[in-house]
Amino acid sequence: MADQTELKRYSFFSARAHGWHIDAFWMFLSLVIVLVLWEALVAIFDFPAHLLPRPLAVVNSVIDHWGTIVENAGDTTIAVLLGYVLAVIFAVPIAILIVISPQVERLLYPPLVATQSIPKIALAPLFIVWFGFGLETKVAVTFLICFFPIVVDTIVGLRSIDPSLIQLARSMGAPASRVFLKLRLPGALPSMFGGLKVASALAVVGALTGEYIASDSGLGYILLSASGEMNTALLFGVLIVLSVLAMIFFYAIELLEKLLIPWHVSQRSHAQ
Amino acid sequence: MPNDALFTDASISSASTDAMIKIQGVGKTFTGQDGEHIIALEDTDMEIGRGEFLSIVGPSGCGKSTLLNLVSGLLETTRGEIRIDGEKVDGPYTDLGFAFQSDLLLDWRTVLRNVLLQCDMRGMDSKKHTPRARELLKSVGLEGFEDKRPFELSGGMRQRVALCRALLLDPPMLLMDEPFGALDALTREQMQSDLLGMWQETQKTVLFITHSIAEAVYLSDRIVVMSARPGKVREIIDVDIDRPRDLSVRDSAEFGAIVHRVRLLFQEMGVIH
Repeated sequence: MADQTELKRYSFFSARAHGWHIDAFWMFLSLVIVLVLWEALVAIFDFPAHLLPRPLAVVNSVIDHWGTIVENAGDTTIAVLLGYVLAVIFAVPIAILIVISPQVERLLYPPLVATQSIPKIALAPLFIVWFGFGLETKVAVTFLICFFPIVVDTIVGLRSIDPSLIQLARSMGAPASRVFLKLRLPGALPSMFGGLKVASALAVVGALTGEYIASDSGLGYILLSASGEMNTALLFGVLIVLSVLAMIFFYAIELLEKLLIPWHVSQRSHAQ
Repeated sequence: MPNDALFTDASISSASTDAMIKIQGVGKTFTGQDGEHIIALEDTDMEIGRGEFLSIVGPSGCGKSTLLNLVSGLLETTRGEIRIDGEKVDGPYTDLGFAFQSDLLLDWRTVLRNVLLQCDMRGMDSKKHTPRARELLKSVGLEGFEDKRPFELSGGMRQRVALCRALLLDPPMLLMDEPFGALDALTREQMQSDLLGMWQETQKTVLFITHSIAEAVYLSDRIVVMSARPGKVREIIDVDIDRPRDLSVRDSAEFGAIVHRVRLLFQEMGVIH
Protein backbone atom coordinates (compact mmCIF):
# COMPACT_ATOMS: atom_id res chain seq x y z
CA MET A 1 0.00 0.00 0.00
CA ALA A 2 1.47 3.21 -1.23
CA ASP A 3 0.33 5.36 1.65
CA GLN A 4 2.01 3.10 4.19
CA THR A 5 5.44 3.35 2.61
CA GLU A 6 4.77 7.05 2.49
CA LEU A 7 4.15 7.02 6.22
CA LYS A 8 7.33 5.12 6.92
CA ARG A 9 9.42 7.49 4.88
CA TYR A 10 7.77 10.36 6.68
CA SER A 11 8.64 9.02 10.09
CA PHE A 12 12.21 8.31 8.99
CA PHE A 13 12.81 12.04 8.71
CA SER A 14 10.75 12.96 11.70
CA ALA A 15 12.74 12.93 14.92
CA ARG A 16 9.52 12.75 16.89
CA ALA A 17 8.93 9.21 15.71
CA HIS A 18 12.18 8.06 17.29
CA GLY A 19 11.04 8.91 20.79
CA TRP A 20 11.01 11.70 23.27
CA HIS A 21 14.68 11.50 24.28
CA ILE A 22 15.82 12.48 20.80
CA ASP A 23 13.29 15.29 20.88
CA ALA A 24 14.71 16.46 24.18
CA PHE A 25 18.24 16.23 22.82
CA TRP A 26 17.51 18.56 19.89
CA MET A 27 15.65 20.96 22.13
CA PHE A 28 18.60 21.07 24.52
CA LEU A 29 21.06 21.52 21.67
CA SER A 30 19.21 24.47 20.16
CA LEU A 31 18.94 26.03 23.60
CA VAL A 32 22.71 25.72 24.11
CA ILE A 33 23.39 27.26 20.69
CA VAL A 34 21.13 30.21 21.43
CA LEU A 35 22.81 30.80 24.80
CA VAL A 36 26.33 30.57 23.37
CA LEU A 37 25.50 32.99 20.55
CA TRP A 38 23.88 35.35 23.01
CA GLU A 39 26.87 35.31 25.36
CA ALA A 40 29.25 35.79 22.39
CA LEU A 41 27.19 38.69 21.08
CA VAL A 42 27.35 40.50 24.41
CA ALA A 43 31.08 39.78 24.81
CA ILE A 44 32.11 40.80 21.28
CA PHE A 45 30.07 43.99 20.95
CA ASP A 46 30.23 44.85 24.64
CA PHE A 47 26.54 45.75 24.90
CA PRO A 48 25.58 47.70 28.02
CA ALA A 49 23.51 45.60 30.43
CA HIS A 50 20.39 47.80 30.07
CA LEU A 51 20.28 47.00 26.32
CA LEU A 52 21.28 43.35 26.24
CA PRO A 53 22.11 41.63 29.56
CA ARG A 54 24.19 38.46 29.74
CA PRO A 55 22.28 35.17 29.93
CA LEU A 56 23.57 34.61 33.46
CA ALA A 57 22.26 38.00 34.57
CA VAL A 58 18.84 37.06 33.20
CA VAL A 59 18.88 33.76 35.10
CA ASN A 60 19.95 35.54 38.29
CA SER A 61 17.21 38.10 37.86
CA VAL A 62 14.61 35.37 37.47
CA ILE A 63 15.91 33.66 40.61
CA ASP A 64 15.89 36.95 42.55
CA HIS A 65 12.30 37.76 41.53
CA TRP A 66 11.06 34.15 41.54
CA GLY A 67 8.28 34.74 44.09
CA THR A 68 6.89 37.76 42.24
CA ILE A 69 7.16 36.05 38.91
CA VAL A 70 5.33 32.93 40.08
CA GLU A 71 2.57 34.96 41.68
CA ASN A 72 2.02 37.11 38.61
CA ALA A 73 2.37 34.20 36.22
CA GLY A 74 -0.51 32.67 38.20
CA ASP A 75 -2.64 35.77 37.60
CA THR A 76 -1.88 35.70 33.89
CA THR A 77 -2.62 31.96 33.68
CA ILE A 78 -5.99 32.43 35.37
CA ALA A 79 -6.92 35.16 32.89
CA VAL A 80 -5.78 33.03 29.94
CA LEU A 81 -7.66 29.94 31.09
CA LEU A 82 -10.86 31.77 32.05
CA GLY A 83 -11.00 33.72 28.78
CA TYR A 84 -10.20 30.64 26.73
CA VAL A 85 -12.67 28.31 28.44
CA LEU A 86 -15.43 30.93 28.24
CA ALA A 87 -14.69 31.37 24.53
CA VAL A 88 -14.98 27.60 23.96
CA ILE A 89 -18.19 27.40 26.00
CA PHE A 90 -19.83 30.12 23.91
CA ALA A 91 -18.21 29.57 20.52
CA VAL A 92 -18.94 25.87 20.02
CA PRO A 93 -22.71 25.99 20.70
CA ILE A 94 -23.06 29.15 18.59
CA ALA A 95 -21.23 27.43 15.73
CA ILE A 96 -23.54 24.41 16.08
CA LEU A 97 -26.64 26.65 16.02
CA ILE A 98 -25.33 28.49 12.96
CA VAL A 99 -24.81 25.19 11.13
CA ILE A 100 -28.16 23.71 12.16
CA SER A 101 -30.33 26.73 11.44
CA PRO A 102 -30.08 29.09 8.45
CA GLN A 103 -32.15 31.62 10.40
CA VAL A 104 -29.63 31.71 13.24
CA GLU A 105 -26.86 32.02 10.67
CA ARG A 106 -28.49 35.06 9.04
CA LEU A 107 -29.14 36.54 12.45
CA LEU A 108 -25.74 35.97 14.08
CA TYR A 109 -23.13 35.84 11.35
CA PRO A 110 -23.08 39.53 10.30
CA PRO A 111 -22.67 40.88 13.87
CA LEU A 112 -20.03 38.20 14.51
CA VAL A 113 -17.98 39.31 11.51
CA ALA A 114 -18.56 42.95 12.42
CA THR A 115 -17.17 42.56 15.95
CA GLN A 116 -14.30 40.59 14.51
CA SER A 117 -13.39 43.41 12.16
CA ILE A 118 -12.78 45.77 15.11
CA PRO A 119 -9.22 45.37 16.43
CA LYS A 120 -9.66 43.83 19.88
CA ILE A 121 -7.28 46.27 21.47
CA ALA A 122 -9.51 49.11 20.31
CA LEU A 123 -12.27 47.71 22.53
CA ALA A 124 -10.08 47.60 25.60
CA PRO A 125 -10.85 51.19 26.75
CA LEU A 126 -14.53 50.28 26.60
CA PHE A 127 -13.88 47.20 28.74
CA ILE A 128 -12.12 49.37 31.32
CA VAL A 129 -15.28 51.46 31.55
CA TRP A 130 -17.43 48.34 31.85
CA PHE A 131 -15.29 46.06 33.98
CA GLY A 132 -12.73 48.35 35.59
CA PHE A 133 -9.09 47.55 36.29
CA GLY A 134 -8.34 43.89 36.88
CA LEU A 135 -9.21 40.34 36.02
CA GLU A 136 -12.55 40.98 34.29
CA THR A 137 -11.05 43.20 31.61
CA LYS A 138 -8.22 40.72 30.95
CA VAL A 139 -10.70 37.87 30.63
CA ALA A 140 -12.93 39.93 28.35
CA VAL A 141 -10.11 40.75 25.92
CA THR A 142 -8.93 37.10 25.98
CA PHE A 143 -12.45 35.84 25.40
CA LEU A 144 -13.01 38.15 22.46
CA ILE A 145 -9.73 37.33 20.75
CA CYS A 146 -10.24 33.53 21.13
CA PHE A 147 -13.88 33.43 20.21
CA PHE A 148 -13.81 34.00 16.46
CA PRO A 149 -11.28 31.38 15.31
CA ILE A 150 -13.09 28.71 17.33
CA VAL A 151 -16.48 29.65 15.85
CA VAL A 152 -15.18 29.77 12.30
CA ASP A 153 -13.24 26.50 12.42
CA THR A 154 -16.08 24.67 14.16
CA ILE A 155 -18.48 25.84 11.44
CA VAL A 156 -16.05 24.75 8.72
CA GLY A 157 -15.65 21.34 10.38
CA LEU A 158 -19.37 20.75 10.83
CA ARG A 159 -20.07 21.76 7.23
CA SER A 160 -17.35 19.58 5.72
CA ILE A 161 -19.35 16.35 5.99
CA ASP A 162 -19.77 14.47 2.69
CA PRO A 163 -23.42 14.87 1.57
CA SER A 164 -23.42 11.21 0.48
CA LEU A 165 -22.72 10.25 4.09
CA ILE A 166 -25.89 12.01 5.20
CA GLN A 167 -27.73 10.25 2.38
CA LEU A 168 -26.33 6.92 3.56
CA ALA A 169 -27.36 7.60 7.17
CA ARG A 170 -30.87 8.59 6.11
CA SER A 171 -31.18 5.41 4.06
CA MET A 172 -30.45 3.61 7.32
CA GLY A 173 -33.29 5.52 8.93
CA ALA A 174 -31.07 7.59 11.22
CA PRO A 175 -32.75 10.58 12.89
CA ALA A 176 -31.06 13.97 12.46
CA SER A 177 -29.80 13.95 16.05
CA ARG A 178 -27.93 10.69 15.51
CA VAL A 179 -26.44 11.94 12.24
CA PHE A 180 -25.21 14.98 14.12
CA LEU A 181 -23.73 13.18 17.13
CA LYS A 182 -22.21 10.16 15.38
CA LEU A 183 -21.17 11.60 12.01
CA ARG A 184 -21.08 15.38 11.89
CA LEU A 185 -19.52 16.08 15.28
CA PRO A 186 -16.65 13.55 15.19
CA GLY A 187 -15.96 14.58 11.60
CA ALA A 188 -15.68 18.21 12.72
CA LEU A 189 -13.13 17.56 15.48
CA PRO A 190 -9.94 17.96 13.36
CA SER A 191 -11.03 21.35 12.10
CA MET A 192 -12.24 22.36 15.58
CA PHE A 193 -8.84 21.58 17.00
CA GLY A 194 -7.31 23.82 14.34
CA GLY A 195 -9.34 26.66 15.80
CA LEU A 196 -8.64 25.63 19.39
CA LYS A 197 -4.88 25.66 18.77
CA VAL A 198 -4.89 29.05 17.07
CA ALA A 199 -7.01 30.38 19.92
CA SER A 200 -4.65 28.92 22.53
CA ALA A 201 -1.82 31.03 21.14
CA LEU A 202 -4.07 34.08 20.85
CA ALA A 203 -5.33 33.66 24.42
CA VAL A 204 -1.91 34.62 25.80
CA VAL A 205 -1.85 37.67 23.53
CA GLY A 206 -5.30 38.61 24.83
CA ALA A 207 -4.35 38.32 28.49
CA LEU A 208 -1.12 40.30 27.95
CA THR A 209 -3.03 43.04 26.13
CA GLY A 210 -5.43 43.22 29.04
CA GLU A 211 -2.57 43.47 31.48
CA TYR A 212 -0.83 46.24 29.53
CA ILE A 213 -3.83 48.49 29.61
CA ALA A 214 -5.82 47.65 32.69
CA SER A 215 -4.10 45.72 35.39
CA ASP A 216 -1.80 45.96 38.35
CA SER A 217 -0.86 42.31 38.29
CA GLY A 218 0.23 39.61 35.84
CA LEU A 219 3.32 39.08 33.72
CA GLY A 220 2.26 41.89 31.36
CA TYR A 221 2.22 44.28 34.26
CA ILE A 222 5.69 43.09 35.42
CA LEU A 223 7.00 43.61 31.88
CA LEU A 224 5.73 47.18 31.82
CA SER A 225 7.19 48.03 35.21
CA ALA A 226 10.53 46.33 34.43
CA SER A 227 10.65 48.38 31.23
CA GLY A 228 9.98 51.54 33.22
CA GLU A 229 12.85 50.72 35.57
CA MET A 230 15.16 49.83 32.65
CA ASN A 231 15.50 46.41 34.34
CA THR A 232 16.26 44.62 31.07
CA ALA A 233 17.47 41.43 32.74
CA LEU A 234 14.07 40.98 34.44
CA LEU A 235 12.36 41.89 31.17
CA PHE A 236 14.15 39.08 29.39
CA GLY A 237 13.49 36.68 32.24
CA VAL A 238 9.75 37.37 32.22
CA LEU A 239 9.65 37.02 28.43
CA ILE A 240 11.19 33.56 28.73
CA VAL A 241 8.77 32.52 31.49
CA LEU A 242 5.92 33.83 29.36
CA SER A 243 6.95 31.85 26.30
CA VAL A 244 7.31 28.69 28.40
CA LEU A 245 3.78 29.24 29.74
CA ALA A 246 2.39 29.75 26.25
CA MET A 247 4.16 26.63 25.00
CA ILE A 248 2.81 24.50 27.85
CA PHE A 249 -0.69 25.71 27.07
CA PHE A 250 -0.34 25.04 23.34
CA TYR A 251 1.07 21.55 23.88
CA ALA A 252 -1.67 20.75 26.38
CA ILE A 253 -4.23 21.44 23.66
CA GLU A 254 -2.19 19.40 21.20
CA LEU A 255 -2.06 16.50 23.67
CA LEU A 256 -5.83 16.65 24.01
CA GLU A 257 -6.05 16.57 20.21
CA LYS A 258 -3.86 13.49 20.07
CA LEU A 259 -6.04 11.74 22.63
CA LEU A 260 -9.32 12.66 20.95
CA ILE A 261 -8.51 12.22 17.26
CA PRO A 262 -5.70 9.66 16.99
CA TRP A 263 -7.32 8.57 13.73
CA HIS A 264 -6.78 11.83 11.92
CA VAL A 265 -4.29 12.36 9.11
CA SER A 266 -2.44 15.02 11.13
CA GLN A 267 -1.69 12.50 13.90
CA ARG A 268 -0.68 9.49 11.85
CA SER A 269 3.06 9.95 11.61
CA HIS A 270 3.10 9.77 15.41
CA ALA A 271 0.64 6.91 15.65
CA GLN A 272 2.59 4.63 13.33
CA MET B 1 -28.83 -0.88 -36.25
CA PRO B 2 -27.24 -4.02 -37.67
CA ASN B 3 -27.56 -6.13 -34.57
CA ASP B 4 -31.17 -5.41 -33.86
CA ALA B 5 -32.33 -8.76 -35.18
CA LEU B 6 -30.32 -10.56 -32.52
CA PHE B 7 -32.37 -9.12 -29.73
CA THR B 8 -36.00 -9.08 -28.87
CA ASP B 9 -37.26 -5.90 -27.36
CA ALA B 10 -37.96 -7.36 -23.98
CA SER B 11 -38.32 -4.21 -21.94
CA ILE B 12 -41.72 -5.16 -20.60
CA SER B 13 -41.93 -8.89 -21.09
CA SER B 14 -38.94 -9.92 -19.03
CA ALA B 15 -40.08 -7.90 -16.05
CA SER B 16 -41.75 -10.89 -14.52
CA THR B 17 -45.07 -10.80 -12.77
CA ASP B 18 -43.07 -10.84 -9.55
CA ALA B 19 -41.87 -7.26 -9.89
CA MET B 20 -40.30 -6.00 -6.69
CA ILE B 21 -39.89 -2.37 -7.66
CA LYS B 22 -42.42 -0.64 -9.90
CA ILE B 23 -41.55 2.79 -11.23
CA GLN B 24 -44.55 4.34 -12.94
CA GLY B 25 -44.58 7.64 -14.83
CA VAL B 26 -41.99 9.09 -12.49
CA GLY B 27 -40.70 12.60 -13.00
CA LYS B 28 -38.52 14.77 -10.81
CA THR B 29 -38.11 18.50 -11.16
CA PHE B 30 -35.70 20.50 -9.01
CA THR B 31 -36.03 24.22 -8.43
CA GLY B 32 -32.73 25.99 -8.97
CA GLN B 33 -31.39 28.89 -6.95
CA ASP B 34 -32.87 31.46 -9.33
CA GLY B 35 -36.25 29.73 -9.20
CA GLU B 36 -35.81 28.07 -12.60
CA HIS B 37 -36.98 24.50 -13.02
CA ILE B 38 -34.52 21.75 -13.79
CA ILE B 39 -36.08 18.55 -15.04
CA ALA B 40 -33.85 15.74 -13.78
CA LEU B 41 -36.12 12.89 -14.76
CA GLU B 42 -39.17 12.60 -16.99
CA ASP B 43 -41.80 9.94 -17.75
CA THR B 44 -39.75 7.11 -16.39
CA ASP B 45 -41.27 3.64 -16.27
CA MET B 46 -39.53 0.45 -15.31
CA GLU B 47 -40.05 -2.66 -13.28
CA ILE B 48 -37.36 -4.52 -11.46
CA GLY B 49 -38.04 -8.15 -10.73
CA ARG B 50 -37.28 -9.85 -7.45
CA GLY B 51 -33.72 -11.08 -7.50
CA GLU B 52 -32.98 -9.25 -10.72
CA PHE B 53 -29.69 -7.50 -11.41
CA LEU B 54 -30.57 -4.33 -13.28
CA SER B 55 -28.04 -1.77 -14.43
CA ILE B 56 -28.68 1.79 -15.44
CA VAL B 57 -26.21 3.38 -17.83
CA GLY B 58 -26.39 6.88 -19.16
CA PRO B 59 -24.41 10.05 -19.64
CA SER B 60 -23.81 12.46 -16.77
CA GLY B 61 -26.94 14.38 -15.92
CA CYS B 62 -29.39 11.69 -17.00
CA GLY B 63 -30.86 11.47 -13.52
CA LYS B 64 -29.41 8.08 -12.60
CA SER B 65 -28.54 9.06 -9.04
CA THR B 66 -31.81 10.94 -8.73
CA LEU B 67 -33.61 7.73 -9.63
CA LEU B 68 -31.83 5.82 -6.84
CA ASN B 69 -32.72 8.54 -4.36
CA LEU B 70 -36.33 8.37 -5.46
CA VAL B 71 -36.44 4.58 -5.08
CA SER B 72 -34.95 4.81 -1.59
CA GLY B 73 -37.42 7.53 -0.70
CA LEU B 74 -34.72 10.07 0.10
CA LEU B 75 -36.27 12.31 -2.55
CA GLU B 76 -39.95 12.79 -3.33
CA THR B 77 -41.23 12.25 -6.86
CA THR B 78 -42.69 15.28 -8.60
CA ARG B 79 -44.90 13.08 -10.74
CA GLY B 80 -45.78 9.41 -10.80
CA GLU B 81 -45.14 6.86 -8.09
CA ILE B 82 -42.75 4.15 -7.01
CA ARG B 83 -43.91 0.96 -5.34
CA ILE B 84 -41.75 -1.58 -3.59
CA ASP B 85 -43.47 -4.88 -2.88
CA GLY B 86 -46.74 -3.16 -3.72
CA GLU B 87 -46.23 -0.45 -1.09
CA LYS B 88 -45.96 3.13 -2.26
CA VAL B 89 -42.61 4.68 -1.32
CA ASP B 90 -43.38 7.61 0.94
CA GLY B 91 -40.43 8.77 3.01
CA PRO B 92 -37.11 6.95 3.45
CA TYR B 93 -37.36 3.26 2.61
CA THR B 94 -34.79 1.62 4.83
CA ASP B 95 -35.00 -2.08 4.04
CA LEU B 96 -32.10 -1.82 1.63
CA GLY B 97 -28.34 -1.50 1.39
CA PHE B 98 -26.76 1.54 -0.24
CA ALA B 99 -23.31 1.75 -1.81
CA PHE B 100 -21.75 4.85 -3.30
CA GLN B 101 -18.72 5.64 -5.43
CA SER B 102 -17.06 6.97 -2.30
CA ASP B 103 -16.80 4.21 0.31
CA LEU B 104 -17.83 6.69 3.04
CA LEU B 105 -15.90 4.83 5.71
CA LEU B 106 -15.46 6.77 8.94
CA ASP B 107 -11.81 7.41 9.79
CA TRP B 108 -12.50 7.29 13.51
CA ARG B 109 -14.01 3.82 13.43
CA THR B 110 -12.26 0.52 12.97
CA VAL B 111 -13.16 -1.68 10.00
CA LEU B 112 -15.49 -3.76 12.15
CA ARG B 113 -17.18 -0.72 13.67
CA ASN B 114 -17.61 0.76 10.20
CA VAL B 115 -19.56 -2.31 9.16
CA LEU B 116 -21.61 -2.04 12.35
CA LEU B 117 -22.49 1.57 11.53
CA GLN B 118 -25.51 0.02 9.86
CA CYS B 119 -26.80 -0.97 13.35
CA ASP B 120 -25.72 2.18 15.14
CA MET B 121 -27.55 4.41 12.66
CA ARG B 122 -30.71 2.35 13.13
CA GLY B 123 -30.41 2.33 16.90
CA MET B 124 -30.00 -1.45 16.90
CA ASP B 125 -27.82 -3.51 19.19
CA SER B 126 -24.48 -3.75 17.40
CA LYS B 127 -23.20 -6.52 19.70
CA LYS B 128 -25.85 -8.84 18.34
CA HIS B 129 -24.64 -8.29 14.78
CA THR B 130 -20.91 -8.47 15.46
CA PRO B 131 -20.59 -12.18 14.54
CA ARG B 132 -22.36 -11.55 11.25
CA ALA B 133 -20.12 -8.52 10.57
CA ARG B 134 -17.00 -10.65 11.18
CA GLU B 135 -18.36 -13.38 8.94
CA LEU B 136 -19.03 -10.90 6.12
CA LEU B 137 -15.54 -9.42 6.40
CA LYS B 138 -14.09 -12.90 6.28
CA SER B 139 -16.11 -13.71 3.17
CA VAL B 140 -14.55 -10.78 1.30
CA GLY B 141 -11.05 -11.73 2.41
CA LEU B 142 -10.67 -9.16 5.17
CA GLU B 143 -10.25 -11.52 8.09
CA GLY B 144 -7.63 -10.07 10.42
CA PHE B 145 -8.38 -6.51 9.31
CA GLU B 146 -11.31 -6.04 11.72
CA ASP B 147 -9.42 -3.71 14.05
CA LYS B 148 -7.56 -1.75 11.37
CA ARG B 149 -8.45 1.81 10.53
CA PRO B 150 -9.78 2.62 7.06
CA PHE B 151 -6.64 4.61 6.14
CA GLU B 152 -4.58 1.43 6.46
CA LEU B 153 -6.59 -0.22 3.66
CA SER B 154 -6.32 -0.04 -0.13
CA GLY B 155 -9.14 1.38 -2.24
CA GLY B 156 -10.47 -2.07 -3.14
CA MET B 157 -10.40 -3.23 0.47
CA ARG B 158 -12.21 -0.10 1.58
CA GLN B 159 -14.95 -0.66 -0.99
CA ARG B 160 -15.30 -4.25 0.27
CA VAL B 161 -15.85 -2.93 3.79
CA ALA B 162 -18.51 -0.60 2.40
CA LEU B 163 -20.15 -3.59 0.73
CA CYS B 164 -20.14 -5.53 4.02
CA ARG B 165 -21.75 -2.54 5.68
CA ALA B 166 -24.52 -2.55 3.05
CA LEU B 167 -25.06 -6.31 3.48
CA LEU B 168 -24.95 -6.47 7.27
CA LEU B 169 -28.68 -6.73 7.86
CA ASP B 170 -29.18 -8.93 4.79
CA PRO B 171 -31.47 -6.49 2.96
CA PRO B 172 -33.48 -7.88 0.04
CA MET B 173 -32.39 -4.99 -2.17
CA LEU B 174 -29.12 -3.24 -2.98
CA LEU B 175 -28.85 0.23 -4.51
CA MET B 176 -25.41 0.84 -5.93
CA ASP B 177 -24.35 4.21 -7.32
CA GLU B 178 -21.16 3.63 -9.33
CA PRO B 179 -19.60 1.69 -6.46
CA PHE B 180 -16.47 0.74 -8.42
CA GLY B 181 -16.05 4.05 -10.24
CA ALA B 182 -13.04 5.13 -8.19
CA LEU B 183 -11.11 1.85 -8.38
CA ASP B 184 -8.29 0.94 -10.73
CA ALA B 185 -9.13 -1.34 -13.64
CA LEU B 186 -7.81 -4.59 -12.17
CA THR B 187 -9.34 -4.11 -8.74
CA ARG B 188 -12.54 -3.18 -10.49
CA GLU B 189 -12.70 -6.49 -12.39
CA GLN B 190 -12.06 -8.39 -9.18
CA MET B 191 -14.81 -6.49 -7.37
CA GLN B 192 -17.20 -7.18 -10.22
CA SER B 193 -16.71 -10.93 -10.03
CA ASP B 194 -16.94 -10.82 -6.23
CA LEU B 195 -20.20 -8.93 -6.47
CA LEU B 196 -21.52 -11.43 -9.02
CA GLY B 197 -20.59 -14.31 -6.73
CA MET B 198 -22.36 -12.68 -3.81
CA TRP B 199 -25.43 -11.95 -5.92
CA GLN B 200 -25.51 -15.49 -7.30
CA GLU B 201 -25.56 -16.83 -3.75
CA THR B 202 -28.05 -14.45 -2.17
CA GLN B 203 -30.31 -13.55 -5.13
CA LYS B 204 -30.74 -9.98 -3.95
CA THR B 205 -32.45 -7.42 -6.12
CA VAL B 206 -29.74 -5.07 -7.33
CA LEU B 207 -30.17 -1.66 -8.91
CA PHE B 208 -26.74 -0.78 -10.21
CA ILE B 209 -25.61 2.51 -11.72
CA THR B 210 -22.50 2.66 -13.86
CA HIS B 211 -20.76 4.59 -16.60
CA SER B 212 -19.10 1.48 -17.90
CA ILE B 213 -20.95 -0.38 -20.64
CA ALA B 214 -18.82 -3.52 -20.23
CA GLU B 215 -19.45 -3.56 -16.48
CA ALA B 216 -23.19 -3.29 -17.04
CA VAL B 217 -23.22 -6.11 -19.61
CA TYR B 218 -21.04 -8.38 -17.47
CA LEU B 219 -23.16 -7.99 -14.33
CA SER B 220 -26.75 -7.47 -15.40
CA ASP B 221 -29.89 -9.31 -16.40
CA ARG B 222 -31.12 -6.17 -18.10
CA ILE B 223 -29.62 -2.79 -18.90
CA VAL B 224 -31.60 0.43 -18.86
CA VAL B 225 -30.04 2.95 -21.23
CA MET B 226 -30.96 6.52 -20.35
CA SER B 227 -30.74 9.75 -22.26
CA ALA B 228 -29.84 13.05 -20.63
CA ARG B 229 -31.53 16.38 -19.98
CA PRO B 230 -34.17 15.51 -19.19
CA GLY B 231 -33.34 12.01 -18.04
CA LYS B 232 -35.52 9.47 -19.80
CA VAL B 233 -35.45 5.74 -20.44
CA ARG B 234 -34.11 5.34 -23.97
CA GLU B 235 -34.15 1.60 -24.18
CA ILE B 236 -34.13 -1.49 -22.01
CA ILE B 237 -31.85 -4.26 -23.22
CA ASP B 238 -31.91 -7.91 -22.20
CA VAL B 239 -28.56 -9.50 -21.48
CA ASP B 240 -29.06 -13.10 -22.58
CA ILE B 241 -25.77 -14.47 -21.40
CA ASP B 242 -25.84 -17.67 -19.37
CA ARG B 243 -25.08 -17.60 -15.69
CA PRO B 244 -23.00 -18.13 -13.73
CA ARG B 245 -20.68 -15.89 -15.69
CA ASP B 246 -16.94 -15.79 -15.30
CA LEU B 247 -14.45 -13.27 -16.64
CA SER B 248 -14.03 -15.21 -19.92
CA VAL B 249 -17.58 -14.17 -20.84
CA ARG B 250 -16.11 -10.79 -21.70
CA ASP B 251 -14.31 -12.27 -24.68
CA SER B 252 -17.39 -13.95 -26.16
CA ALA B 253 -19.17 -12.80 -29.29
CA GLU B 254 -22.52 -12.33 -27.57
CA PHE B 255 -20.89 -10.08 -24.94
CA GLY B 256 -19.30 -8.00 -27.67
CA ALA B 257 -22.59 -7.75 -29.54
CA ILE B 258 -24.45 -6.36 -26.54
CA VAL B 259 -21.67 -3.89 -25.71
CA HIS B 260 -21.81 -2.82 -29.33
CA ARG B 261 -25.54 -2.35 -29.22
CA VAL B 262 -25.41 -0.14 -26.12
CA ARG B 263 -22.58 1.86 -27.64
CA LEU B 264 -24.63 2.42 -30.79
CA LEU B 265 -27.43 3.83 -28.67
CA PHE B 266 -25.03 6.31 -27.09
CA GLN B 267 -23.75 7.24 -30.53
CA GLU B 268 -27.29 7.87 -31.71
CA MET B 269 -27.87 10.11 -28.70
CA GLY B 270 -24.70 12.00 -29.54
CA VAL B 271 -23.02 11.05 -26.25
CA ILE B 272 -20.16 9.31 -28.03
CA HIS B 273 -18.95 10.50 -31.43
